[in-house]
Amino acid sequence: MYVYDEFDRAFLAERVAEFRDQVARRLSGALSEDEFKPLRLMNGVYLQLHAYMLRVAIPYGTLSSDQLRRLAYVARTYDRGYGHFTTRQNIQFNWIKLEDLPDAMAALAEVGVHGIQTSGNCIRNVTTDQWAGATPQEFDDPRIWAEILRQYSTLHPEFTYLPRKFKIAITAAPKDRAATKVHDVGLRLHRNEAGELGFEVLVGGGLGRTPFVGKSVRAFLPARHLLSYIEAIMRVYNQYGRRDNIYKARIKILVHEIGAEAFAKAVEAEWEAIRDGALHLSDEIIADIRSRFLYPDFQPRADQPAALATALEDPAFAAWHRNSVHPHKVPGHAIVTVSLKAIGAPPGDATADQMEVVAALADDFGWREIRVGHEQNLCLPNVAQEDLPAIWRRLEAAGLATPNVNHISDIIACPGLDYCALANARAIPVAQEIAKRFADLERSRTIGRLHVNISGCINACGHHHVGHIGILGVEKNGQEFYQITLGGRADEHAQLGTLLGPAVSYEQVPGLIEDVVDTYIELRAGPDELFIDTVARLGVEPFKERVYAAH
Amino acid sequence: MASPQQQKLKVNGPVAVTANRLTDGAVVWRTAQEDWSPDLADALIVTTADQAIALLASAQKRDTDAVGAYVAPVVIEADGAIAPGNLRERIRVAGPTFELPH
Amino acid sequence: MRLIENGKLVEDRFARVPDDEALPEGAPVLIGIERFLRDAEALKDWPAPVGVIWPNNRPIAEIAPYLPQIALIALNFPSFRDGRAYSQARLLRERLGWAGPLRAVGNVLQDQFLLMQRSGFDQIQPVKAADADAFDEAVHRYTVFYQPATDRRPSLLRQRLGRSVSGVAE
Repeated sequence: MYVYDEFDRAFLAERVAEFRDQVARRLSGALSEDEFKPLRLMNGVYLQLHAYMLRVAIPYGTLSSDQLRRLAYVARTYDRGYGHFTTRQNIQFNWIKLEDLPDAMAALAEVGVHGIQTSGNCIRNVTTDQWAGATPQEFDDPRIWAEILRQYSTLHPEFTYLPRKFKIAITAAPKDRAATKVHDVGLRLHRNEAGELGFEVLVGGGLGRTPFVGKSVRAFLPARHLLSYIEAIMRVYNQYGRRDNIYKARIKILVHEIGAEAFAKAVEAEWEAIRDGALHLSDEIIADIRSRFLYPDFQPRADQPAALATALEDPAFAAWHRNSVHPHKVPGHAIVTVSLKAIGAPPGDATADQMEVVAALADDFGWREIRVGHEQNLCLPNVAQEDLPAIWRRLEAAGLATPNVNHISDIIACPGLDYCALANARAIPVAQEIAKRFADLERSRTIGRLHVNISGCINACGHHHVGHIGILGVEKNGQEFYQITLGGRADEHAQLGTLLGPAVSYEQVPGLIEDVVDTYIELRAGPDELFIDTVARLGVEPFKERVYAAH
Repeated sequence: MASPQQQKLKVNGPVAVTANRLTDGAVVWRTAQEDWSPDLADALIVTTADQAIALLASAQKRDTDAVGAYVAPVVIEADGAIAPGNLRERIRVAGPTFELPH
Repeated sequence: MRLIENGKLVEDRFARVPDDEALPEGAPVLIGIERFLRDAEALKDWPAPVGVIWPNNRPIAEIAPYLPQIALIALNFPSFRDGRAYSQARLLRERLGWAGPLRAVGNVLQDQFLLMQRSGFDQIQPVKAADADAFDEAVHRYTVFYQPATDRRPSLLRQRLGRSVSGVAE
């Protein structure tokens, strides 16, 4: 865990006081809605269909149990007793009142949690691997670097009114769980041949109405230059990013229009002028940030302890263990994914009671730490293998042990037309119905890893372009229709899905997805060939033929 | 349902003006008394583009009561009751279409 | 319109003169970019100080050759949501070495005063009188600054060094 000090706490208190004053000026009329909107957005406050929505950042996906309990408190006190975890390591409260927001923010600030820069045309919450610091795969803890960027980008005087929002993601493992290739800036932390730590820098990835996979503009940036290089990118973007058309204002359009090479050249020129200036990260500064992350005092334990072996004789526990438990860097330990995808429930939602169950489990078994991943599930990153049966029993009792992680019912979905003022079509009920169709564990296990991503509009908050199966809601003559894409992926081999065929109606979607899956089962080279690999091998044509013949 | 604020105003049927209340974001409807009501039954219904533009203009005069005003379709049912005219407005009136977590 | 310089309300000595009006004799003037570039050579000998409003869509580096003859640079915020002039201001101060007056004009509102100050503006011309009155409060809301900027306030990354971590929970 990163520990906030008195500076961070003072900053958060000052921010709440500023927002309280802005709300008061808005209510009095001193601020017009046009003037207020960017200010509230930069505190995570949206106005949605039914109410204001508060988006709270979970920086680099890490929460303490006290922080999660405070989120539960806010859900219960100021909202309707639940929250929605998003694809960018945030949580959203859907029913909060403007007049209550300063108090809710003050309650969150007490435990170091806030909604700062979770919206607006600024540098957003920096995201990373939810397994950071726990997975055996990584070169370094990416959260150190995410925290350095969080500090650097917080209320940045120059980059608070960018052409458009700006999202940075970091991966420190070869297996990319942070979708870095579809971010404005993606950072791949690794070591060069000399063993020096640095980043490959990708720019101009993103989804939305013009999706792109990011382009590499620098193969290796020594880590100490991270901030100066980011500042150079931001300065080029702030001056030359388009502001004439909101749909063309993201950095991906600038990179696309002038070309990655010309863009990189402009960045390098700017960087040359500032690389050894005030943003240079000395070893001392990096060590200081590093020292503020506290790690569990792990005791070496035996892998596969007897208690676990006995528990695995229970098929229900074994089913959960199989897809919810992942290797840990310390022997005898494990990373646990907590599914927020109970069959038939809104994907990514957790009730205040459930949050408290997970917080208590983190206290009892997980060094008081919880993670949030972009797949809209929670994670206990540091648990002992011998505690897994006890953890499972308590998760199971709270409806949090659905054994479907990475299965077809582990669906990523945006709030869609049921909540969102921008949406064209619903996403959550589509996800619910698909999950119900694949509720049978045997069937879902036979299918294997398959990511379904649903967005209720072109803005792509459900990351439909990079779902193995992507579903995009559109509106035609006042009716909801859905376009299906196949073959997208968000990992280190990121690519955009290919359109399957004409859009289908709301009612037809679940049946069509079943047909796609049946086709896969029929066509796959063997039980070990994943859906995504079958699509890669055969293309979408064979799917198209069969699916549309049936409809 | 493209953001209604961006739609060109075409009126071919009964419409009302709706917005969200500033203090809490609740859905409200413009009334004949030039006020806002959370109850669609209180909405002033108009049927021509000119009337709708005038109603919208009056609704936008102040932005300290309600924000984001726009023209929304409604339907008049057989018994004279006013109902929302499309899915988006039905969801705004009745809430999400699935059971909320509890 | 009120003008704040280094935190104090001051009188605006510069008269803003549209491109199609004659320049008043002997008085400091603030003029548009087109006239300035067109008449730059002649303006060198103008008997009063000349300021220029540099638009936010023109690379600020192009101002470099003219700096010796400029008495005031105004950077424009066509909307408070258009943040290009923050970069221009920082480049003027940090790259081009401009030490003269730097004024924020346009849709200038109190919630951006601090950002402007941190980016190197020493003159701020707010749209609303109430915002001008709130200047002092607006730029002193925060005691913590995370990143280095033109104002050279120490950034938190450096401020923290040498201190033990307090308030660490077990």
